[in-house]
Amino acid sequence: MADITANFLGIKSPNPFWLASAPPTDKKVNVLRAFEAGWGGVVWKTLGSQVKNVSSRYSAMDYNGTRVMGFNNIELISDRPLDLNLREIAECVKLFPDRAMVVSLMADNTREKWHELIAQVEDTGAHGLELNFGCPHGMTERGMGAAVGQDPEIARMVVGWVMEKARIPVITKLTPNVHSVVPTGRAAVEAGSNALSLINTIQSVTGIDLDTLVPNPNVAGKSVFGGYCGPAVKPIALKMLATLAQDPITSKVPVSGIGGISTWKDAVEFILLGASNVQVCTAVMKNGFRIVEDMCEGLNNWMDDKGFKTLDDFVGRSVPNLTHWEDLDINYHIVARINPDKCVHCGLCYIACEDASHQSIRIEQGKPYNNYTIKEEECVGCNLCKLVCPVENCITMVEQRKGDEYLNWKEFQRRGLPLNDH
Amino acid sequence: MAITNNKLLDSHYQSNFADIHPAFESKEAALIEANRCLFCYDAPCTKSCPTSINIPKFIKQITTDNVKGSAHTIFESNIMGAGCSRVCPVEKLCEGSCVFNLMDDAPIPIARLQRFSTEKAMEKKWKLFERKPSMGKKVAVVGAGPAGLSCAHVLAREGVDVTIHEKESKGGGLMTYGIAAYKVTPEFCEEEVAYIASVGGIKIKYGQELGVSMTLDELQKNYNAVYLGIGVGVARRLEIPGEELDGVVDAIQFIYDIRTNPYPSIAVGDRVAVIGMGMTAIDAATQAKRLGAKNVTLVYRRTQEEMPCTETELNLAKLDGCVIQWLAAPHEILGEKGKVKQLVCKIMKLGPPDSGGRRSPIETKDKVSIDVDMVIKAAGQIPFEELIKKSGLQNKSGKIIIDKNGATNLKGVFAGGDSVNGGKEVVDAVQAGKEGAVGILNYLKTNF
Ligand SMILES: Cc1cc2nc3c(=O)[nH]c(=O)nc-3n(C[C@H](O)[C@H](O)[C@H](O)COP(=O)(O)OP(=O)(O)OC[C@H]3O[C@@H](n4cnc5c(N)ncnc54)[C@H](O)[C@@H]3O)c2cc1C
Ligand SMILES: Cc1cc2nc3c(=O)[nH]c(=O)nc-3n(C[C@H](O)[C@H](O)[C@H](O)COP(=O)(O)O)c2cc1C
Ligand code: SF4
Repeated sequence: MADITANFLGIKSPNPFWLASAPPTDKKVNVLRAFEAGWGGVVWKTLGSQVKNVSSRYSAMDYNGTRVMGFNNIELISDRPLDLNLREIAECVKLFPDRAMVVSLMADNTREKWHELIAQVEDTGAHGLELNFGCPHGMTERGMGAAVGQDPEIARMVVGWVMEKARIPVITKLTPNVHSVVPTGRAAVEAGSNALSLINTIQSVTGIDLDTLVPNPNVAGKSVFGGYCGPAVKPIALKMLATLAQDPITSKVPVSGIGGISTWKDAVEFILLGASNVQVCTAVMKNGFRIVEDMCEGLNNWMDDKGFKTLDDFVGRSVPNLTHWEDLDINYHIVARINPDKCVHCGLCYIACEDASHQSIRIEQGKPYNNYTIKEEECVGCNLCKLVCPVENCITMVEQRKGDEYLNWKEFQRRGLPLNDH
Repeated sequence: MAITNNKLLDSHYQSNFADIHPAFESKEAALIEANRCLFCYDAPCTKSCPTSINIPKFIKQITTDNVKGSAHTIFESNIMGAGCSRVCPVEKLCEGSCVFNLMDDAPIPIARLQRFSTEKAMEKKWKLFERKPSMGKKVAVVGAGPAGLSCAHVLAREGVDVTIHEKESKGGGLMTYGIAAYKVTPEFCEEEVAYIASVGGIKIKYGQELGVSMTLDELQKNYNAVYLGIGVGVARRLEIPGEELDGVVDAIQFIYDIRTNPYPSIAVGDRVAVIGMGMTAIDAATQAKRLGAKNVTLVYRRTQEEMPCTETELNLAKLDGCVIQWLAAPHEILGEKGKVKQLVCKIMKLGPPDSGGRRSPIETKDKVSIDVDMVIKAAGQIPFEELIKKSGLQNKSGKIIIDKNGATNLKGVFAGGDSVNGGKEVVDAVQAGKEGAVGILNYLKTNF
């Protein structure tokens, strides 16, 4: 059995699965239930000056009958009294000393307010702080949340204030609502942040009610941009995570990966791109705390299969496999192959390639089943047909190199090799 | 006990004749199935539908909340799409070729989804088709069955003024008078006919029998063109001794009675033999059982390999408790005091395949006798040969002969459906009606 315990900045947890700062972590009852269910740690719902929420608050993107592919909220930070939150945090730490307790903070924009809040939180016995520089709605209008995360200089200043005071580890949570997360990430690290986490939610409009014509979620006939999360944002979060791993400054600190994680597989992908642990929100909001069971078991089984003994064995392992386009091997060539024994004649590969790729699939009319074969000489190896095929391993991509040696674009150009003639 | 009615309690009749293909209970249930559809290209299901309904499209439209569009997609190809969703033997048509079968998974329940959209359309009385302004041409359609209605609808949409002459008092043809009662109700059939006719330009005259109320000649004179969708008639005679005994009935008449009278009033035997293994035979056998017969035996000359009904239908009969006597050909019916007592069959064996590849049964010396008090004949139907011959229509043993435009040998007279093919499915008749209408429209264009 692999060892899935995690150590993030000295904060230990029995597994790398933390709950992200959000409704599942906003009070004692759910946090205790989360710990009972097996979650390794929590980031307590963001504390700051008390706010008031509206109703309704959430909306979602469904796709082909699957509910909540993407999730959107217009909630603010914790709307409960600060002293109640602090008392409950202390109680949770006592009841579950082996779990990570990190508290998310978003103080008003003065050094004093930050110092005051940090002191109060440290008194609870919490193990770490997460600075919420990411909330894209409600708080930005007050000059907080993403407004801080979007301006590296403001972020640098606030992290500086925090580091003057904090005695426990500090994580800076980044907003994805920027064209690159690296500048703010660097500023935070340079100002002393011990770690980074990402992503917070992405500004969005999930949809519009086609009867009332009001965007979702509807608050008395009006709406606002919300924060998008859930499975739909995972690819974006992974990319942003990778850019931190590729940067010489941000890669010096550990990163907690967040954004669309629902399964152990998602988590492994985050870890492979440099996350030391992961945080989950939407998946739990949809399915409850119980999903952590399979996350732990699946991770464990995968690590055993791969021969990884600890998480450190594979943190960042896939980072070197991301390169620049110019360095890709142009001599590498694959072509699609359809296994006639597996083909169910749905024609999806054909119409995809015909309408949207390289017209490389041959159709042989039959009643009721057509037969489809690849015109190998036409196929550019784009993967489209394989992606749309409903049968696993029916279409495989077969390697047919154009040349033995590695040949990149720069070299290709230098040699004046021919471009496509069709 | 012999042939009597009132064998069961009312509640039994009700549950025995309840819908065997119930609708989806909710929109969510329909969506789960609709979302499973892969949206195949040049889809095998569409190619297996005689009316070529664009099935992936109508299912996709359910998932996009465009049920009106979905219903339009269905009716555009098959104006009896609502009825077909209840009566089509889909296991050998669309659903039979769904690619999920090749993945050893359940096929998409296409018929049920089709019912979902079409039922909504009929319930809401959506007006999905706009009739073009009248072009001042008149066409007579004979028979308000699937072929006639389908032809009439296409013509009416194009602006033709259509008059349907129907000998019965209701429309729908065998849909109303022939198909098993647990597939469609009389009320549904009536609504379906009304919905089809609601496009405008279609007048249905009931109680008008060709050959009795008017002649084909007269119709040819009074209309620009005529379409014959008269179907086929009663069951084929067995031509064996004892056929005249009390208790020997024609399946078509038996089912007609079930469809037009209250269930408790229908007499049925205790021990029933049904002769044949087609759709009609299965329907007669299952409905006899559901009316309270104790033993029902289906008697067929060949084996399961050759049977004309589908496996699903055979299973339906088996689940109803019917027994199958394979390889037995009726030889004579014995009676007592004029009433049926025993059916004697010759045991058959299969000979070599004929030119069509089907193995013909050959008589052996052995016999089998079945004690019965009722014999239902369902060994195929016979066309209205006399009427057809008298009208001067070219035919092959009573089946009207048409060319590729649906035209008969008589000028301006077209035909289609069971009266041409000898008896297939509703969906084939609907397709024939469409094709006949296209032929008529071309004929009207070039001749008037
Ligand atoms: C017992 C039984 C069960 C069946 N079950 C199914 C099933 O489950 N699914 C399926 O798809 N198909 C089934 N069929 C077949 C299906 O009913 C027919 O293929 C279909 O109805 C043919 O349509 P049609 O319009 O050609 O003829 P019909 O439906 O027979 O319609 C002909 C119409 O013409 C009228 N008519 C006849 N002669 C005259 C005249 N001289 N003057 C005026 N009007 C006249 C008739 O009254 C009738 O209304 C079944 C058939 C039978 C007999
Ligand atoms: C309803 C809701 C409230 C949230 N509140 C906070 C918050 O108070 N502080 C914070 O840092 N992030 C907050 N988030 C963002 C999540 O912590 C997380 O970064 C984001 O949802 C992406 O992860 P996911 O895809 O697993 O949901 C909130 C998210 C949701 C859905
Ligand atoms: S890999 Fe791309 S180009 Fe090749 S057959 Fe498939 S879809 Fe067409």
